[in-house]
Amino acid sequence: MKVVGIPRALLFYHYYPLWRDYFAGLGVKVVESKPTNRVILLAGLGTAVDETCLPVKVFYGHVQELKDRVDYLFVPRLVSVEKGAYICPKLLGLPDMVRHSLSNLPPLISPTINFNRRGQGLYKAILETATLLGVNPVQALYAFVRARARWRRWQALQHGGLSPMEAWAVLEGKGGGLPERKGKGLRVGVLGHPYNIYDPYINMGLLDRLREMGVSPQTAEMLPADIIAFHAGRLPKRLFWTLGQYVMGAAGHFMQGGNVDGIIHLISFGCGPDSLVGELVERRARRKGFPFLLLTLDEHSGETGLLTRLEAFVDTLQWRRGKE
Amino acid sequence: MKVTFPRMGTLDIPLKAFFTSLGIEVVVPPPISDKTISLGARHAPEFSCLPLKINVGNYLEAYEMGADTIVMAGGVGPCRFGYYAQVQREILADLGINYDMVLLEPPKGHLGETLRELWELTGRASPARIFRAGRLTWAKLKLLDEVERLTAKARCREKNEGQAGDVYRRALTWIDAAASPGEVALAGERIRRAFAGVELKDVVPLRLGLVGEIYTVLEPAANLYMERFLAKLGVEVERGIYLSDWVTSHLFLDTLRMRRGQRAVEELAKPYLGHSVGGHGLESISYSIQYARRGFAGVIHIGPLTCMPEIVAKTILPLVSKEWDIPILTLFLDEHSGEVGIQTRLEAFVEMLWARREQREKGRVSR
Ligand code: SF4
Ligand code: SF4
Repeated sequence: MKVVGIPRALLFYHYYPLWRDYFAGLGVKVVESKPTNRVILLAGLGTAVDETCLPVKVFYGHVQELKDRVDYLFVPRLVSVEKGAYICPKLLGLPDMVRHSLSNLPPLISPTINFNRRGQGLYKAILETATLLGVNPVQALYAFVRARARWRRWQALQHGGLSPMEAWAVLEGKGGGLPERKGKGLRVGVLGHPYNIYDPYINMGLLDRLREMGVSPQTAEMLPADIIAFHAGRLPKRLFWTLGQYVMGAAGHFMQGGNVDGIIHLISFGCGPDSLVGELVERRARRKGFPFLLLTLDEHSGETGLLTRLEAFVDTLQWRRGKE
Repeated sequence: MKVTFPRMGTLDIPLKAFFTSLGIEVVVPPPISDKTISLGARHAPEFSCLPLKINVGNYLEAYEMGADTIVMAGGVGPCRFGYYAQVQREILADLGINYDMVLLEPPKGHLGETLRELWELTGRASPARIFRAGRLTWAKLKLLDEVERLTAKARCREKNEGQAGDVYRRALTWIDAAASPGEVALAGERIRRAFAGVELKDVVPLRLGLVGEIYTVLEPAANLYMERFLAKLGVEVERGIYLSDWVTSHLFLDTLRMRRGQRAVEELAKPYLGHSVGGHGLESISYSIQYARRGFAGVIHIGPLTCMPEIVAKTILPLVSKEWDIPILTLFLDEHSGEVGIQTRLEAFVEMLWARREQREKGRVSR
């Protein structure tokens, strides 16, 4: 049986069940790379160009973790997943970057997904992958439709407050819904791209640490799409980055009756879109006097520094609550 | 209304011509200095790209001089440029600075929308008048590009150091002073004569291509005057992109004949990069190949630090360099880049290229 590898990085955290079920439905074996660890991170740092952002470096690491144990690597070219928006210039070039700067790779499966151009949407991508793997296109389409249904259920579970991996466990019948989360009732909105928020190695266990402090983290993935769209739509000019819209939309909701005590924005050092989106969020928070903490992740981020800042922030929130 | 706009290379000359001939008063921001850059960097987001920061410096300096309206281009992604103005607007507002902003969003296939924006700005000038202003602007743009090319040719060969630079500066004032396409044509002749008068040494310079993100390529203050420095080392620099290219690609994006030339550019890059990545990342790859084909000695690839398209390009260029046998040096620039540091790296690169050329010539003789 052919083995297709999915790197556990970048938009993996947004699409995992869709990709996994789709390939499984094509009759191939799907494996994903291990959760990010030191070896993976170092492999990425050693091969990606210095100037690129941490998430791309991490992606490189995951590709190397997988490459020797799979027949194909899935590295899609995600140009645009909704009309009039993009993901990020770097993701437009991701398959080329990987292909031309890492050696001894298995063949890449890298369909182009571009909702902005007619004829480059999902059906073409489905056809392409099906042909590559020698699968009947009708079977592929069927696999896709089923995978998408499960992906939507997965997203719905996240709206209920589960993290992507918890939601996956529920979907697979291996998990028991919302874990017990007691606490002092503080709630914090955590903004950021899914690959920063849900990769605990990269963010030094941010979500769990918050929970340990009795704070319940709220993320964009837990919010219904229409709330995100509503708040993102209030900018004078539409943001043309899908991930930026999530951040802006969630930020708007959190700051306006979103029932959180403060906002943490997690960004990667060197992230292009977030250098602007983050600025807009921070300015809004500052104008409103809304508690806001910016955490910038890079390969040198130290755990103690992060913890100290986090604790100080939570203390402020508690103090503010006490005052009210 | 006093209109200002961000500076980029010599773009201020045609822009000023455009607005002035429509009866709009213009405040040209002072040439970009260290002060401009640090002023912008102080107020702009730390990890935004250099052009955004320098733009802010321009706005603040022009404001001091009485400007009240900013004209700026927009965009629809994928790169940050299309959102510059939105962030800049908030920076200025939070500083309590009262500026109007007029954004020229690139039309999706229709020249009409851009023209309409411009038309509103001019207080609805007559189409004939706009057309005349446009023609004058375009004539100046084209001539400015020619001046850059002439300067690059002369500067690396000049006998008396500084002569080509003098002609360059005078040429700019002549173009600036020209009030009609006819006068621009006259200025052109005068400029060509002046360049013909620059005394040249009989040398064969090294030819290098300069590719990368357009602002850093076109704005000498952003690239720390590297073209001037390279000329001193006996290098003739050809840019991959000129001013008029920027105007066509940013304001009249998908319109007219633009696409046709673009397809050839994409085809060449295709084995290395199968999709545009915004900005000029794909062009950097494609132009590097073109320079290799034309027998250039090397390529210098530049961009602002954190520039996404050029990071993609930098990742792929080593392969291009290997397969096309052309040395490529990538330099990322930001407000902390120092002239000395950049010059040291350029010097080392150029020295290596001279040595390479010598070796090849020897090889040819002995064969
Ligand atoms: S969105 Fe930011 S973090 Fe993600 S790949 Fe692009 S630059 Fe990197
Ligand atoms: S091309 Fe580079 S400099 Fe221009 S907006 Fe994009 S990241 Fe910034």
